[in-house]
Amino acid sequence: MTAVRCVDICKTYRQGDQDIKALDHLNIEIETGEFVCLMSPSGGGKTTLLNAIGGLDIPDSGEVWVADKRIDQMSKGELADLRLANIGFVFQAYNLIPVLTAQENVEFVMQVQGVPAAERREKSLAILDEVGLKGLEDRRPAEMSGGQQQRVAVARAIVSRPELVLADEPTANLDSKTSDELMGLFKELNEHHNTTFIIATHDQRVMRYAKRLVRMLDGRIVDDIEQNAA
Amino acid sequence: MRMLLVLCRLAWRYLWRNHRRTIVMLGAIAVGAWAMIFMTALTRGMVDQMVADGISVIPGHVQVHNPDYLDDPSISNRIAMTDEELTQRFGDAGFKAWASRVRVPAVITSERESRGVTLLGIDPEAEREFSFVDYDDVDGRFLESPDDNGVVIGAKLANTLETEVGKRVVLMSQDPDNEIADRGFRVVGLFHANMETYEETYAFIGKRTAQKMLRIGDTTTEIVFLGDDYRNVEPIYEKVVAAVDDTVKVSRWNEVDTYLGTMLGMMDGFMLIWVIVIFLALSFGLVNTLVMAVFERIREIGLMLALGMKPAMILGQIIIESMMLLAVGLFIGDVLAFATVKPLEGGIDISVVAKGMEMFGASSVLYPKLYLDDVILANVVVLFLGFLASLSPAWRASRYEPVEAITKVG
Repeated sequence: MTAVRCVDICKTYRQGDQDIKALDHLNIEIETGEFVCLMSPSGGGKTTLLNAIGGLDIPDSGEVWVADKRIDQMSKGELADLRLANIGFVFQAYNLIPVLTAQENVEFVMQVQGVPAAERREKSLAILDEVGLKGLEDRRPAEMSGGQQQRVAVARAIVSRPELVLADEPTANLDSKTSDELMGLFKELNEHHNTTFIIATHDQRVMRYAKRLVRMLDGRIVDDIEQNAA
Repeated sequence: MRMLLVLCRLAWRYLWRNHRRTIVMLGAIAVGAWAMIFMTALTRGMVDQMVADGISVIPGHVQVHNPDYLDDPSISNRIAMTDEELTQRFGDAGFKAWASRVRVPAVITSERESRGVTLLGIDPEAEREFSFVDYDDVDGRFLESPDDNGVVIGAKLANTLETEVGKRVVLMSQDPDNEIADRGFRVVGLFHANMETYEETYAFIGKRTAQKMLRIGDTTTEIVFLGDDYRNVEPIYEKVVAAVDDTVKVSRWNEVDTYLGTMLGMMDGFMLIWVIVIFLALSFGLVNTLVMAVFERIREIGLMLALGMKPAMILGQIIIESMMLLAVGLFIGDVLAFATVKPLEGGIDISVVAKGMEMFGASSVLYPKLYLDDVILANVVVLFLGFLASLSPAWRASRYEPVEAITKVG
């Protein structure tokens, strides 16, 4: 089953007097349960592609399909529903809600989804334990290190077991040990829950976990290979 | 409901994220609310006093006259009912208070001066509920019965006439045949009023004495009725209308004293304008606070949108934040207003400016009146206008594109 399909998508940004082609007639198809790494130099288009797949940004042309739904023509409300129900995000910067505690941040998506309080609490405590943040549930983001914040963000992204996780440089601010632990967690979710992962990264250690490596340059896919994951 | 709780929690937390700004804004709202309510209480107290004084001197809550009397208040335009008939009609009808009077223009003359006055022939006991005169605070004595042969005038008038208790004066008016009707009276009392105008204007004699002097048998010119609330006279008006026939005209107090009626309506409008003006001053701070609160968390708004919150939820969150800020500020302002108005309900002496106040019928002591309706009006108007003022920043916040907002700062 196809989790993501992009057909001939283009996206151009205006930067000063120049038009920058972030996505240039790009085509890609990702099956459910794949673990894909997008690689490119800065400006290669991987974040733009992630944003397009997540419905955060609409391409200028082409089609984007997620979970068999064409999303590039959806309204803001429909996109919000899709993200809420199907997609988990891990952003490069930690992007936590600063006025909520770690546990409340993790519960946030479930709360919007309408998960009952007891279930939310149980799941959030379990996932925080899983990402190594047991005992830090009541801390606000400002009271945690960068690595701890990123782990909270990861916990939030995966706690409701989304079908698709989009991660943009998830290990950029983590030490190698934490990175490995995090990737191990992603791997486990991928293998045991068939969650599809699309990760944009420069990090060679992350690439080792991917079954499929997609190399991008100037908004195009220049290489798309499968490998034996770690 | 579930989402409302989520939004309320977020709004409350964000409100206290920059606690200094929130406290300053709360202070502004609280002072504004206090000023609205305090000024409203002062104004309401003043108007109540004016109306109460006005009603006690002249109309009661409902009046009955000969249909031509209000245009020509002469003794010819009397009510064609005798005292006995009036007692039969109204005596057991369950009115809170009622009285019949003879009320005519007259001239009072002492051995030195003459003045025009309004002559009131009254039954002192029946009139007690309507009178602005404190019977126990009269130099000399007040009238003791409808047959009393003395006259009670105001202290100010006595001063003008250069007369005093025990001296004689002459009262002169017209009888129904347009002949001079006059009689000498001994001044038995000097009354005091909180407005000098009253002391200069009214002269009280016994009702039956007046009927004899004016040669009108046992008829009267005016019947007055008192209800429970001058703002709601319809029940008693309907009751009086049902008890009389079409030989008389029944009037509400604000139809008889159009000045007071207009003043009351004007003050209601003034209070609404006052509330709105204060809010407009507050709204600059409110909108600025919300705009800043939105501006400093564009990225977080983008994040919430990215995580699946709908734009309407962002809109709701900002509006709830505004409503919470206003509600807390208003609550503090309300408490402050109660705390400052209640101790002053015994009266504020404004005699320094009393002369000026009398020009429009107010007394020299202000009794602030805090009505729950006024407090609710001020709160509801501020919340409603605050809701409108917060729509713009909330709308802007909800229109952000997630990807642009997330990369906006940081």
